[in-house]
Amino acid sequence: MCTKPTTGNEQKTIFELSSAGRRGMRYPKCDVPEAELPSGLLRDELPMPELSEADVVRHFTNLSELNYSLDNGFYPLGSCTMKYNPKIDEKLSRLDGFVNVHPLQPIETVQGSLLVMYELQDMLQRISGMDACTLTPAAGAHGEFSGVKTIVAWHQAQGHDKRKVMLIPDSAHGTNPATSAMSGLVVKPVPTDARGNIDLEKLAPLCNDELAGIMITNPNTLGLFDEHIVEVNEMVHKAGGLVYGDGANMNALLGIARPGDLGFDVMHFNLHKTFATPHGGGGPGSGPICAKAFLADYIPGPVACVLEEETEEMPPLYGLKMPEESMGQVRSFWGHFGVMLKAYVYILMEGEEGLRRVSEYATLNANYLMAALKKVYPLPFDRPCMHEFVLEGKLPNAPEVRALDIAKRLMDYKFHPPTNYFPLIVHEALMIEPTETESKQVLDEFIEAMLVIAKEAEENPQLLHDAPLTTPFGRMDEVKAAKDLILTA
Amino acid sequence: MKIESDLLYSKNDEWVRIEGDTATIGITDYAQSQLSDIVFAEVSIEKGESVEAGDCIGTVESVKAASDIYTPVSGTVTAVNEAVADEPEIINKDAFGAAWFIKVEIDGPIDNSELMDAGDYRKYCEEREH
Repeated sequence: MCTKPTTGNEQKTIFELSSAGRRGMRYPKCDVPEAELPSGLLRDELPMPELSEADVVRHFTNLSELNYSLDNGFYPLGSCTMKYNPKIDEKLSRLDGFVNVHPLQPIETVQGSLLVMYELQDMLQRISGMDACTLTPAAGAHGEFSGVKTIVAWHQAQGHDKRKVMLIPDSAHGTNPATSAMSGLVVKPVPTDARGNIDLEKLAPLCNDELAGIMITNPNTLGLFDEHIVEVNEMVHKAGGLVYGDGANMNALLGIARPGDLGFDVMHFNLHKTFATPHGGGGPGSGPICAKAFLADYIPGPVACVLEEETEEMPPLYGLKMPEESMGQVRSFWGHFGVMLKAYVYILMEGEEGLRRVSEYATLNANYLMAALKKVYPLPFDRPCMHEFVLEGKLPNAPEVRALDIAKRLMDYKFHPPTNYFPLIVHEALMIEPTETESKQVLDEFIEAMLVIAKEAEENPQLLHDAPLTTPFGRMDEVKAAKDLILTA
Repeated sequence: MKIESDLLYSKNDEWVRIEGDTATIGITDYAQSQLSDIVFAEVSIEKGESVEAGDCIGTVESVKAASDIYTPVSGTVTAVNEAVADEPEIINKDAFGAAWFIKVEIDGPIDNSELMDAGDYRKYCEEREH
């Protein structure tokens, strides 16, 4: 029998596959007296699909094959640090001794897990140049919130009632102003200058006695290291404010520069980005914060600690404690332990030299791509980048083609599109972050695709407007998706 | 890009039409084209409220980005255009007409030191396009 070839968008739903009477399992004969269910508990209709086990397995296996992940290919989603996640992390985080523990077990019985937390705190402090760490925040924005609340708590303790203004550079992630607003602060934007740095002239008048602090991502979302970062931090400190570091872009700095040395007071890490744990649908995040000693009492807890020092006969006893002036817990139990464990394995595996090499290669790869692509795509801030860079997705000879068209067309070349339309200070932004885990061969293939697309844009712009053409589903109607969102069947 | 000659423009891409002591406020055609398809709009103040120049009066959200809207003039709000919230796509279609956001009664002359005329606004848009 001959059937026509199908594409992904002809996939039926599991309800459409249903065939009356088919079943995946059979119950043994009933050997107890049957009882009637109370009529009030019965429904007239229960629309459940009827399928065999093989039907179900094939259905979901086929759907899973339509997925695109880091295990399929290149994923240059700027600002998200989609590096390959080593499988050893998965293997070690599934060890029985870690999987089968409960957070309320007596601490004597979970010393190994507490040791991992204690040592990870220490590693993150050393990487960041900070003095204290809490692993509890559940993701990056949650880390921001915990860190900014720490700043607010410190100001309150000092009696700084007037300090309510948080400065946010206009290149910041949208979570920064949201975090500040949620923390009860007033957000004031700081413009970026022509080289992509914080504009010092515009910053100066904002450094006054209303200042609570500034939230800085460095390198910023343009992928540029702020050339005046120490001066900016000094200006803020002089005015009595504190400096928050958004660690989303730490993949550029490991073993090279420490935020604590640059004048940052408190920061978060995105373990899931920098330390290679699955994220973006693949697993939860984890956003530990690190702080300078004067803030150590105010951070959320509990934090892992040594309760009893090591003796000649006994190893140290690890436990948990709440910092003295802490705002308390920001997450149930102790945070995302599985993610911490994977990050711990990754850091141990790379070691000091390896971590520095991660950032060096992440930076080298980004500059390699940038140098090749800027010959064709406009690069608004043209200087060596760190781990990522931002192009304009508009070509001089193809005025009607936009960043979205280019991003969609890349899918036809089997690449995940870069981040688009962010940061907002670049028109038609295409934000590209290759990470250190890609080979030169992959980078060259990506460059080739981008150059072919630029040519297509000039010769046949409609092709780009219609893209993607080879994916299970074609161009989505984003307006309809945003306006007519139906959340129920 | 459309720019109307008889309006004043803010750096944040709002327009102001002055007729007698009433100022009508909206966002420019350049702003809507930068945002692309607008899917949500909201006016966050009500008729009768008083506003100061620089106050946030609402938000627009497109498939690309969200953006706050600020009033470039001070005064008392005399009308709010419900149509922009009901049919946000009219901002894409008719930014200078049907898609006005609010009308404000101004007392006395407005402070236009921060506002541009049509010629200066055109230059301001072109500069941002490089």
